Amino acid sequence: MATDTLSNHDAHAHDGHEHHDPGAMKVFGFWIYLMSDLVIFGTLFATFGVLSQATAGGPTSQEIFELPFVLVETFLLLVSSFTFGLAVLAQNAGDRGAVLKWLAVTFLLGFGFVAMEIYEFHHLIVEGYGPDRSAFLSAFFTLVGTHGLHVSVGLLWIAIMFFQISKRGLDSVTKPRMLCLSLFWHFLDIVWICVFSFVYLFGAL
Amino acid sequence: MSDIHTSHDGASHGSYKSYITGLIISIVLTLIAFGVVMVGDFSMPVMMVTIVITAIIQVLVQLVLFMHLNFKSEGGWNVISFVFTAGILVLIIGGSLWILHNIHVNMMLG
Repeated sequence: MATDTLSNHDAHAHDGHEHHDPGAMKVFGFWIYLMSDLVIFGTLFATFGVLSQATAGGPTSQEIFELPFVLVETFLLLVSSFTFGLAVLAQNAGDRGAVLKWLAVTFLLGFGFVAMEIYEFHHLIVEGYGPDRSAFLSAFFTLVGTHGLHVSVGLLWIAIMFFQISKRGLDSVTKPRMLCLSLFWHFLDIVWICVFSFVYLFGAL
Repeated sequence: MSDIHTSHDGASHGSYKSYITGLIISIVLTLIAFGVVMVGDFSMPVMMVTIVITAIIQVLVQLVLFMHLNFKSEGGWNVISFVFTAGILVLIIGGSLWILHNIHVNMMLG
């Protein structure tokens, strides 16, 4: 079945048929970028997995992870992923006001997540458990920090998208950008599922 | 052919229902995963297996219901590139853990 679809697809690509519009190609290209980003996270997860017991006499994961705190972070990001979905639905319905509203809600939830993460990092560093304390903490800060950096860049992108849509409206330029951003945002929530499962929950066992 | 034309655009064909369903399933799976660890009345293997299974299901649920990954959009290339990447991840993560665990054991550092 897959090969059938693909060969038809190719035939059409050569015709320059309308279904290969630039917007869809842009979104697909962004998907390929996300796959390469996934490999970056994969290497960081592998590093963390190897070094998670290398505490060098410093604190172990059981001593520093606060699960109720992480659960709140998880819900902020999960709900923000959902509200971004509502923004995409509003875009499909052509409702600019609703798109802006849901983008703003998503931004606030994402901002709450980043704020909590910065608080957690600051708290650990003040306690003397910074990334320089042990290989375990280096790997932890690198993995979770890389995810947090992605979320922060996502927030910047949401803010830019908000102003672009409020200025230009929903057109052939802003719509594919919204779809790419939606993939990026959902992708970050999926990476976070792996972070809370394999870093925090496994670490608390 | 018609199925290609109706949904070539990976991210745009969600419905209110698919997002609500995805959200509810994700909440339930998250609570189960945190629950088994925080309530803590389970044996180690039970907790580990529960965390791994709920994580895998939640990733798949969000891929399908939030990101709308399916075989129809882009002639299946979304899925093919994802499966390829998943294979790379298995090699990188599985291989690293395997090799370094082996070195660890053989050098008797534990």
